[in-house]
Amino acid sequence: MHDKSIAELARDLDAGHCSSVELTQQFLDRIEQQDRHLNSFITVTPEAALADAKAADERRANGSATPLTGIPFAHKDIFCTNGVATTCGSKMLANFVPPYDATVTSRLRDTGAVCLGKTNMDEFAMGSSTESSYFGATLNPWGDQRVPGGSSGGSSAAVAARLIPGATATDTGGSIRQPAALCGVTGLKPTYGRVSRYGMIAFASSLDQAGTMTRTAEDSALMLNTMAGHDPRDATSVSRAVPDYTATLNEPLKGLRVGLPSQYFSDDLNPAMAEQVNAAIREYEKLGAEVREVSLPNADLAIAAYYVIAPAEASANLSRFDGVRYGYRCENPSDLMDLYTRTRAEGFGSEVKRRILVGTYALSAGYYDAYYLKAQKVRRLIQQDFVNAFSEVDLLMSPATPSPAFRIGEKTDDPVQMYLEDTFTIAINLAGLPAMSIPAGQIDGMPVGLQLIGNYFEEGRLLNAAHQFQQVTDWHRQTPA
Amino acid sequence: MQWDVVIGLEIHVQLATQTKLFSGTSTAYGAEPNTQASAVDLAMPGTLPVPNREAFRYATLFGLAVNAEINQRSVFERKNYFYPDLPKGYQTTQLAEPIVGPGRVDIAVGDGEEKMVRIHHAHLEEDAGKSLHEDFHGMTGIDLNRAGTPLIEIVTEPDLNSAEEAVAFARKLHGLVTSLGICDGDLSQGSMRFDVNVSVKPHGSDTLGTRTETKNLNSFRFMEQAIHHEVERQIDILEDGGEIVQETRLYNGDRDESRSMRTKEEANDYRYFPCPDLLPVEIDEAFIEETRRMMPELPDERRARFQKTYGLSDYDADLLSASADTAGYFEKAHSTGGDAKLVANWILGELSGRLNSEDRTIGDCPVAPEKLGDMVARLTDDTLSSKGAKTVFDRLWDDDSQSVDAIIDAEGLRQVSDTGELEALVDSVLADMPEQIEQYREADPKKRKKLMGGFMGPLMKASKGQGNPKVLNEILKKKLDES
Repeated sequence: MHDKSIAELARDLDAGHCSSVELTQQFLDRIEQQDRHLNSFITVTPEAALADAKAADERRANGSATPLTGIPFAHKDIFCTNGVATTCGSKMLANFVPPYDATVTSRLRDTGAVCLGKTNMDEFAMGSSTESSYFGATLNPWGDQRVPGGSSGGSSAAVAARLIPGATATDTGGSIRQPAALCGVTGLKPTYGRVSRYGMIAFASSLDQAGTMTRTAEDSALMLNTMAGHDPRDATSVSRAVPDYTATLNEPLKGLRVGLPSQYFSDDLNPAMAEQVNAAIREYEKLGAEVREVSLPNADLAIAAYYVIAPAEASANLSRFDGVRYGYRCENPSDLMDLYTRTRAEGFGSEVKRRILVGTYALSAGYYDAYYLKAQKVRRLIQQDFVNAFSEVDLLMSPATPSPAFRIGEKTDDPVQMYLEDTFTIAINLAGLPAMSIPAGQIDGMPVGLQLIGNYFEEGRLLNAAHQFQQVTDWHRQTPA
Repeated sequence: MQWDVVIGLEIHVQLATQTKLFSGTSTAYGAEPNTQASAVDLAMPGTLPVPNREAFRYATLFGLAVNAEINQRSVFERKNYFYPDLPKGYQTTQLAEPIVGPGRVDIAVGDGEEKMVRIHHAHLEEDAGKSLHEDFHGMTGIDLNRAGTPLIEIVTEPDLNSAEEAVAFARKLHGLVTSLGICDGDLSQGSMRFDVNVSVKPHGSDTLGTRTETKNLNSFRFMEQAIHHEVERQIDILEDGGEIVQETRLYNGDRDESRSMRTKEEANDYRYFPCPDLLPVEIDEAFIEETRRMMPELPDERRARFQKTYGLSDYDADLLSASADTAGYFEKAHSTGGDAKLVANWILGELSGRLNSEDRTIGDCPVAPEKLGDMVARLTDDTLSSKGAKTVFDRLWDDDSQSVDAIIDAEGLRQVSDTGELEALVDSVLADMPEQIEQYREADPKKRKKLMGGFMGPLMKASKGQGNPKVLNEILKKKLDES
């Protein structure tokens, strides 16, 4: 049962082969047995989950079920959940229980989805390995002592280990696609503005976007159908009709114009990775896609621009964690300055502090033009590169990551190496485009991801291309030993 | 040495929108602490700002009223600093691209002259909460009810040259925003707060002196005092050979003292950058035109109309048209009172005096304007004497639920103007005063005038105060002069 996709489980529920309570109990049991080792969850909520499952079964019985009614899910611990601890992987919020739901969680709740708990993550979504979580690192189920990627490593590891059929996640510079690639699951980051950010704890507001972590593209389509849409509580969410993303999954790919950005296939690319990705692209050619080379001339500037813009926004977004109203507060502050400095020194981990410092510096008088403004100019150049590319092709493809999962601790002392994990993903956030990572091979038994990049609001085309690939390959069906 | 004074103002005007700038929370004043603070106002994690369209409307109204350009694109930025009553750790405000561009306001200075004061720009921003330092035993209480209330900050060019001009400008602005209905104008509750930038320079010099900024003055009087105080302080320093330090100062109005808050070197680096949670504000021509059509009558237009329609003097028209409340009161009182000049005199005299002495505004005047008008009408038709009117006014001040006529009857204030009745009265009084009549008739015209008073006293007494003095005077004069 736990090996089935959301779409398959929904059919089983519909057919009465099982109940939501049974499903929920089975996944709760798997979490209980395996997660002590994996550490993919920060919080598990069995009682609430079983109560929700019972309600979902009643709803199905009275005929008002949707495809997600009764399906077990988990939320990345960055989404506020009414009455359930929401920590963002930080000591700063270890005691924080929000009295409200994020729009994403309330939309899933409204369809009858059953939330089993909250998944682990890099602190405030800052990291590519889930090692910076205050609640300890998550392991990659594919190999002991390997990272699951990050920051949504809890969601990717839990889906890969079949502890949950699907999970929410967020992506600011690659935080869905990179862990999806490293754990061999399907990750979707929608267009910026497609899914509401309300109640999703902000890292870098102009880059953050909520998405999905599932086994299949079809499951991503089912989740996105529920999650997408305008939200009056998020001024940057887009007021644009939401199509049925499952309706176009089976469109033939004949004539699909696929671009390979030459900058993402340079001589520096790991040969084993190149081999896997090229094999996947040949599958697309067999499906009728026309593949050509395109150029993103400013691609090499993306990481530098990102590591100015994202920390700058984060430095302001994280100012609210001051020990005054909620969250961690230092013991016995002697005065206001002491309250601020000790609360933040003790409450934040080192990577978060590093980025707050970088961002504060980049916005400071005398540096603003050289860093922040320059980075914004680069961001526009990068956007224009993509606009130009999409005038020639329908989709772009690239590796999702430079290499498969690295070892725990391998990059923790070298932030720049860690930042390079996002080489292929970060420009997409700067441009605000939708993109996916789908399982597309293995290197030494560790999964490899193929990144698909779509034009603005063309999630349908992305999911269609991913689904068709998954009809002719079985990388997404492989499970860790 | 002669010195020139140069003043620029920054004025925070609290907008009277129903809800806050970025949340749906009520802006009503006076609720229990922290009961009007939602998750957004408290900056709970993950919450986001959603702009209030009404605030853009109000800012646009203001811009049009000061003949300013309305910027079709304006940008909210984050101004970063830590303070307990600033929940997000930044204030959402506008800097490089404000909603209202350059404009102008004309003020009256001295002998009927007008002076143009240039508005540099006006921008929208959110207010902070309040820190309460008393009653918490060495700790600080935080009330976030005000956090997120919309403000416009109006920044002038340094076009003002005295404390009096600055106050005239501030009063003019007060009249403008209250007439527009975008601010309740209640200074005692912080609805308008003034920062004054002051410098002095040798008379006639082209070079501006170093300026200081005195922040958070919340009354016209304190603003005037603070400017006088600062000008004197700067001149004293310069005349002693010292230099002015560019700094922010705080003024204590009760003690007429000021102290340095921070110097330029200690100034915060606010690290402004565009707020990524808010898209640039787009205001199109249609919105501006729609707003233009909503524009109410402004004080300058109203003053001209008051002069034309009611025949009021410059002075009366100016005072009565300055604020929407006063103008409204006048027009309502005039609708029942008739005589515009007399209505104006009562409002600007007795009524204003009483309001001032009780520290009230015309907005909460205990006498309804229609009742004041009724009283004036009874003065005009000679039912009341001026003295009787004062009594009626006092009664109305205590309780304006009764009609003016009922008060007149209850207090016995109705004047007798019937000539026949009064002639008989005069005859009977004069019958007892032969010596005085003799004296009067022997006097020259100038002296006679003086002696008239000697008859009026007994006459009024005999009429129990109810005789119309004007009519009595006429009859008396006729009788005395006739034989």
